[in-house]
Amino acid sequence: MSQNFRLEKEGLINRSKKISFKFNGKSYFGYEGDTLASALIANGVHLVGRSFKYHRPRGFFGAGVDDPYALVQLIRNNESIPNVKATEQELFEGLEAKSVNCWPNVNFDIGGINNFLRIFLPAGFYYKTFMWPKSFWYKIYEPFIRKAAGFGVVSHEPDKERYEHKYEYCDLLITGSGPSGLASAYSAAKNGAKVILAEDKPRFGGSLLTSDVNIGNESGKEWADKIITELKSMPNVVVKNRAQVFGYYDHNMLVMSERLTEHLPKSDKFTPKQKLWYIRAKEVVISSGSIERPLVFGNNDTPGVLLSSAAKEYMKVYGVLVGKKPIIFTNNDSAYETAIEFKKNGVDPIVLDSRKELSSDLIKEAKSLGINIKFEYVVVNANGYRKVKSADIAKISDDKTTLGKIENIVCDCICVSGFWTPTIHLASQSGGKTKFNEEIDAFIPSKSKQNETTVGSANGIFNLQDSLNTSFEAGYNLSKKITNEDNKLSVPTVVEKKNSKHDKFWCVPLPKGKKYKRFLDFQNDVAVSDIEIAIKEGYRSIEHVKRYTTLGMATDQGKTSNLNGLQLVSNIENKLVPEVGHTTFRPPYTPVSIGAIVGREVGKHSKPTRKSPMHSWHEKNNAVFVDAGLWLRPRFYKRGNETLFDASKREAENVRKNVGVCDVTTLGKIDVKGPDAAEFLNRVYTNAWLKLPVGKARYGVMLREDGIVMDDGTTTRVSENHYHMTTTTAQAANVLSHLEYYLQIVWPELNVNVVSTTEQWAGAAIAGPKSRELLQKLFPDTDCSNEGLPFMGFIETKLFGVYARIFRISFSGELAYEVNVESDYGNFMWEKIIEIGNEFKIQPYGTEALSTLRIEMGHVAGSELDGRTTPFDTSLDGLLSKKKDFIGKRSMQKEAFISSKREKIVGVVPLDKKTSIPEGSYIVKDANTKLPNPKLGHVSASCWSVEYNNPFSLAIIKDGKNMIGQKLFALSPLKNKSIPVEIVSSHYVDPKGERVRS
Amino acid sequence: MLYIKCPYCGIRAQTEFAYGGDATVKRPELNKEITDKEWDEFVYLRKSLRGKHLEFWHHISGCRQWFKVQRDTATHEIFKTLKPHEEL
Repeated sequence: MSQNFRLEKEGLINRSKKISFKFNGKSYFGYEGDTLASALIANGVHLVGRSFKYHRPRGFFGAGVDDPYALVQLIRNNESIPNVKATEQELFEGLEAKSVNCWPNVNFDIGGINNFLRIFLPAGFYYKTFMWPKSFWYKIYEPFIRKAAGFGVVSHEPDKERYEHKYEYCDLLITGSGPSGLASAYSAAKNGAKVILAEDKPRFGGSLLTSDVNIGNESGKEWADKIITELKSMPNVVVKNRAQVFGYYDHNMLVMSERLTEHLPKSDKFTPKQKLWYIRAKEVVISSGSIERPLVFGNNDTPGVLLSSAAKEYMKVYGVLVGKKPIIFTNNDSAYETAIEFKKNGVDPIVLDSRKELSSDLIKEAKSLGINIKFEYVVVNANGYRKVKSADIAKISDDKTTLGKIENIVCDCICVSGFWTPTIHLASQSGGKTKFNEEIDAFIPSKSKQNETTVGSANGIFNLQDSLNTSFEAGYNLSKKITNEDNKLSVPTVVEKKNSKHDKFWCVPLPKGKKYKRFLDFQNDVAVSDIEIAIKEGYRSIEHVKRYTTLGMATDQGKTSNLNGLQLVSNIENKLVPEVGHTTFRPPYTPVSIGAIVGREVGKHSKPTRKSPMHSWHEKNNAVFVDAGLWLRPRFYKRGNETLFDASKREAENVRKNVGVCDVTTLGKIDVKGPDAAEFLNRVYTNAWLKLPVGKARYGVMLREDGIVMDDGTTTRVSENHYHMTTTTAQAANVLSHLEYYLQIVWPELNVNVVSTTEQWAGAAIAGPKSRELLQKLFPDTDCSNEGLPFMGFIETKLFGVYARIFRISFSGELAYEVNVESDYGNFMWEKIIEIGNEFKIQPYGTEALSTLRIEMGHVAGSELDGRTTPFDTSLDGLLSKKKDFIGKRSMQKEAFISSKREKIVGVVPLDKKTSIPEGSYIVKDANTKLPNPKLGHVSASCWSVEYNNPFSLAIIKDGKNMIGQKLFALSPLKNKSIPVEIVSSHYVDPKGERVRS
Repeated sequence: MLYIKCPYCGIRAQTEFAYGGDATVKRPELNKEITDKEWDEFVYLRKSLRGKHLEFWHHISGCRQWFKVQRDTATHEIFKTLKPHEEL
């Protein structure tokens, strides 16, 4: 198929490489170097989608990031990607894309009826109409609106692509490779600075690719190519294309997304699709350029109406004509370049210039080429539905309020130019102020807050020579500050055409009796009339007008619409534009894939996984693991078809009957050393620590200053000035920070050091009536008798030649020991315990059995020490020393803490001795009373008591002490259960603690 | 992301640090008789001010030292960082 709109030679595409692609099921071809947009235009396709609200036909309005229309659904690598900009998507072999927001297809779209209903769909329509009745919202209104509005369809599959993150540091980050970006980068790099130059397009050079200028004795493009080639060869420079710096954050941190493979048919398995760069720059040069502003007239959203700079870019970069009968509608000189380019390619344009006849280099050149120019003329309305067919034009009065006789001229495109808007998004995101520049009718950066400098047209400088002068200067000055080098380059001389002044006119009045829609925001279907309604209804702040009408929202964030919106509000309100102000620019400048933000931290890589040295043994022995913070711990060891319930019951029973072994490596361990260590522990724990002898362990409780229990654990005096502290698995990191806080800030006079040793020690808890016999066999040369190693005793010894520590402490309530060896010997220790323990019917037990054992013993753990409970609530008040001060002690006097109405820990048994009580159930007096049923407290932990073979739970309830013996109810509305229960002591098994001392 | 100068290690990214609260609050001395009001002020009451704020940070993924930072709560500008017992 021939390409009717492709020029013979013009353009930077590679005509020797044809690329075939599909759009809406139809096959086309383009060339290497095309975008999807340029290839479609070459094939005469201008209808790409339907608009957000009215489902009006949508074509192309820009040629890059500024385009508000051309969003497509892209199929690549078997993935369906929504809202891809056709103007940015480079063509690759086999590309497939579809129109969005239309059904059944883009040519005949049922939703297009909204266009005819549009008088009923003004600004705020949804707010006003669908408020009532309330019950209709979820079932009727919302699904309807969701189906009718919106763009692409998100895939429900996980994203299979790979995304990378990278952290980088540089002296200068330069955002944009147009003339000013190149100049700053070159001059800074030559002065020794470490430079990163980022360009969002595939090609470097920005406006130099399309403008007719000379720099030195080369064309603009030749100069750009030369500079880029040299920059790429410099070791202190990183040059990136397809890289968008989209956010400016605190302390000169910028984030850039680099598209690595989206222009290729497929990513290699290990090649990321995108890379997100976190760049900390000493200085930032913002050279993001400017975007052409639309002119506003009737039906100015019809496909075929587009920015004149885009028409020029399609010709000069892609060798594509946007039309063969163009109208150029402008209020300034720059559109004449587009007209001249058309003429050079054998197409006769008509120029409508809103200004009174005037002369400049460009106008003279256009005239000499014989281009038809009509001064003081405007386009009033674009005719045509799926594509522009003709334009109604008219002469306009001096004061721009009155139109002359309407004439109709046939055309197939209307190229508009309403002057230029500097792209100040990054400068504004940096926290810097902006100011309105009357000269160019736009905002430019003003006072900086961070280390950033805006250059070139982003700073409102539209003259190339000035732009190069200031950019070379900026690159030199900024780099000199950092490198202290003094290598200043001379600025090349520019040959360019001088522009005459633009006209402030931007919105064509409606002809009498006509109600044409004149669009401001093309992506959100916001017309002049919508803004007028919003203001009539009392919206004054520009932020409110934005939210009510959706002006400047969605994926393009008003890149083409913001300024015209402000001008309109200022006209209606009779204010100056700077008084209206602009809405806040927030990152990201362009949409960013969620995948890129997440990077490689997906699935099991979302956090680190910690494994004990015995992990592989657990795996080989059918352990089912559970997450405990970052740790993976065996929950139970599965035998045959056992359920969690069966297995944990078997394991717990074996501990009570014989002996079990549990991996307790995950417990937090902290070495506390120094001459003041005892005094420090005495302040940190609630009980007394000064008299603990060497070789003894003690249980302790720590509070926060507000009196809430922070953590518990045992601490052992290893030698005179050396203690081994243990914490719960969950609180290990917090406790260490807490200790460091008090040592470094509150009591720096204490000579104590703390360090985490959690990962240095592997731990095994050996528990059960046969544990002493086993221990004696493991340590034949050590006296393991009750006298040699009494309860809370500690000894250092050897396990088959390996240094080991034995602590006689118990979490299960049974006679029990904890053995620690250095981590590297963990597996050795474990295998020895199992090997020798076989004779005593040893079984490993997991966290589920561990919980069962501690619950029926009434030992508190994380589910009771939940950050809300005091020592009184958890029956730990016996450990509160009356003689000394400690962290949180003063809070113990608080009235609320000593009130008898506080909750207290108790045991709960179901009356039927069968029904397990769900954790989190409420304890109430009466199950059948009116709601809200007064709650006495909640069930914190539940188990199946292996001692009594019935369910048992711990609960924290009001006045718990006096509730023992009472018959109450446990309610679980979540599981729809109401269970009659009896309150008992929390110490269900061995309340006197005889076993641990046996 | 903030860029914080640890007085011991130098400038590091915010991800290495943990915030540690108001650095102007002094813990009452041990064993000292104080009123409920004084204790409550120490435990609970903090100013939520806009502007310069002296606060603690902890170099949790670095040297593990606590230190003071003077930061603007509105703009996040950091004016100074100090060792715990240095005064502004």
